[in-house]
Amino acid sequence: MSPAIRAKGAGQKAFINARLIDPAKQTDTLGGILIQDDKILKSGADVTADTVPDGYLVTDLNGACLAPGLVDMRAQLREPGFEHQETIETAGKSAATGGITTIIALPNTDPVIDDVAGVEFIARRARKVGLAKVFVYGAVSKGIEGKEITELGLLHQAGAVAFCDGIQTIASARLLRQALAYSTFFDGMIVQHPEEPELSKGAAMNSGELATRLGLSGASPLAEVIQIERDLRLVEMTGGRLHFAHISTGESVEVIRKAKKRGLKVTCDTAPFYFALNENAVSDYRTFAKLSPPLRSEDDRQAIVAGLADGTIDAIASDHNPQDVDSKRLPFAQAAAGGVGFETLLPIALELYHNGHMSLLEVITKLTRVPAELVRIKGAGTLEEGTPADLVIFDPDRPWKIDPYQFQSKSKNSPFDGRLTQGRVLRTLIDGREVFTEGA
Amino acid sequence: MCNAMSVMGPAADHYPHPHLLGIEGLTPGEITLILDRAQHYAEKNRSADKTSNILAGATVVNLFYENSTRTLTSFELAAKRLGADVINMTVGTSSVKKGETLIDTAMTLNAMNPDALVVRHGDSGAVKLLSEKVNCAVLNAGDGRHEHPTQALLDALTIRRHKGRLHRLNVAICGDIAHSRVARSNILLLNTMGSRVRLVAPPTLIPSKIDRMGVEIFHNMEEGLKDCDIVMMLRLQLERMEGSFIPSVREYFHFHGLDRAKLANAKPDALIMHPGPMNRGVEIDSEVADDVERSVIREQVEMGVAVRMATLELLVQNHRTMGGQA
Repeated sequence: MSPAIRAKGAGQKAFINARLIDPAKQTDTLGGILIQDDKILKSGADVTADTVPDGYLVTDLNGACLAPGLVDMRAQLREPGFEHQETIETAGKSAATGGITTIIALPNTDPVIDDVAGVEFIARRARKVGLAKVFVYGAVSKGIEGKEITELGLLHQAGAVAFCDGIQTIASARLLRQALAYSTFFDGMIVQHPEEPELSKGAAMNSGELATRLGLSGASPLAEVIQIERDLRLVEMTGGRLHFAHISTGESVEVIRKAKKRGLKVTCDTAPFYFALNENAVSDYRTFAKLSPPLRSEDDRQAIVAGLADGTIDAIASDHNPQDVDSKRLPFAQAAAGGVGFETLLPIALELYHNGHMSLLEVITKLTRVPAELVRIKGAGTLEEGTPADLVIFDPDRPWKIDPYQFQSKSKNSPFDGRLTQGRVLRTLIDGREVFTEGA
Repeated sequence: MCNAMSVMGPAADHYPHPHLLGIEGLTPGEITLILDRAQHYAEKNRSADKTSNILAGATVVNLFYENSTRTLTSFELAAKRLGADVINMTVGTSSVKKGETLIDTAMTLNAMNPDALVVRHGDSGAVKLLSEKVNCAVLNAGDGRHEHPTQALLDALTIRRHKGRLHRLNVAICGDIAHSRVARSNILLLNTMGSRVRLVAPPTLIPSKIDRMGVEIFHNMEEGLKDCDIVMMLRLQLERMEGSFIPSVREYFHFHGLDRAKLANAKPDALIMHPGPMNRGVEIDSEVADDVERSVIREQVEMGVAVRMATLELLVQNHRTMGGQA
């Protein structure tokens, strides 16, 4: 069931002099870690140069951060069906470069992941590639057509960690109600792309002054909160577990904050786009900044930051959506929406820390422990002994300029193109095996 | 020559941009420069000697992704009267389906070394995208609902010929603002030149936050037209409407169509304008459209040729002096 990657000669390794960030224990201390083959043997302040037993290959990290590998709960790998944009292999390289060790992939491939064979195909391909642990969402509706429910239970048993209809809203209230109710018997989670489809139909960007000036059709930011408010009623009705993906507006944060206070089983995430950029990135018709949901106003961006800081927004996901040049080099209205995100996830998230909105431990928790718990992946997002040695080592301060042409991803459509940022991944380990080494 | 000095200052001594993609970014002086030159051509076009060889040897390509007999003809005539060689390419939606992208088409045309590309496209921003990929002058003949700069310029020239100025005028732009590039270009131009713009339309045809462009908004036509110097009607673009923007054409005409009764609210010497083609009985009543005392709709068409001659001349000469490095 778990796409574990067999360790080959990983042996015994020790990293010392690290800033250990353990989201499970909620600690941020100086210390070290011992790795035995594919597992963490020990981690903590007492792992030092003096205490490492004989036979370990010791690396002194000189104060660099060591954390569990990032768990990215929303990404498109585009395989099968769109291999000209990304494959499981190029996505794996890109993820490893970004410090991501676990990916939960959306089911909107071709064919759609709406049956057991699809789930198994992805698991098999990812095992063979061996660069990141790949889990999938099963589709909620057959063919993502929003009509008939899929075999949720069987998909779950085969390894689908949760369910969603890819980049589409589960628009039918009846379908969402059934999916929420049915999945309660195996503690399944439904993930919603909250965007009322009729209100956002044909829209190319956020509605408002800029859309009017550019002559582009705009989607009202209210299309998001209207969908969320309806869905909250269905959660109340069914007792199901619902997660809202990539929320982007202040109103959404407010409504989810209140729902959580009322004790509803709802959670949400956002992507770096929505706390690091606003709609002005679209000026001059920059299609790389065309995203779904669209980039919002500066007020919304600030509300997303506040929602992350106060805990209303549970997790941060990359929303990795590779698009080839021909899908983006078009008039704005015709261009595909989406941006690649694996290789910018950590540095952009670290801006929350550098700007003083959140502690480093809080940022890392939202990138690791929380998403792992939401989709019930055991052994991820922790430095506990006995868990897989899926780790990221990074320098949180190192400055660099984002250049998509240096990305490992097959697609280069990053709205962060040219951005000056801080924080660089130095090494990524999967099951004790180094899959990325900076400068190597 | 009617060289009306604006309060916004004198005409610029040259046009400093490689393209004309929109009114946005033009200074009052640059607008005045274009209008003065266009006024010169307007007079020449009424004389027996209409043509010149000022653009002899230059190649102008009209690349139209939307059907438009009027604008295409106007550009073609303008280029021919300046002595340029003109090629018209009307690319229907069928070629788009054949797979050639806008960029491919632009590259292909660019390889034939034209001096100017006149482009109309159904998508906002498409002309700008194209201008980034070619090394000739690009003239926007309308992109989506974004801008239509030569229309705003010809409207301005028409107004200036009748009112003698472009500042301190009350201009009501009425109708389908939401789908109109003409409205956006006119708002930008009239605001730049120091006039006051009101928009008059039902709420569904007023785009979000357009008040931030410095306009007043009216839903009631009688109020909106009060004391206006200019009444600019827009074509109701039923073909661009997705969904129910207006309940019916009948209802639209009843509340927002220009007829004699509503026009009575404007100043007695208010001009009636329309970018054409008109939907008679939808946004405008024939009685006012054809009123020779008030309607300048036919003069707008005439000024269209003059404005297009002026802009082609300025752009192609720029392109020539920059040695094709535009």
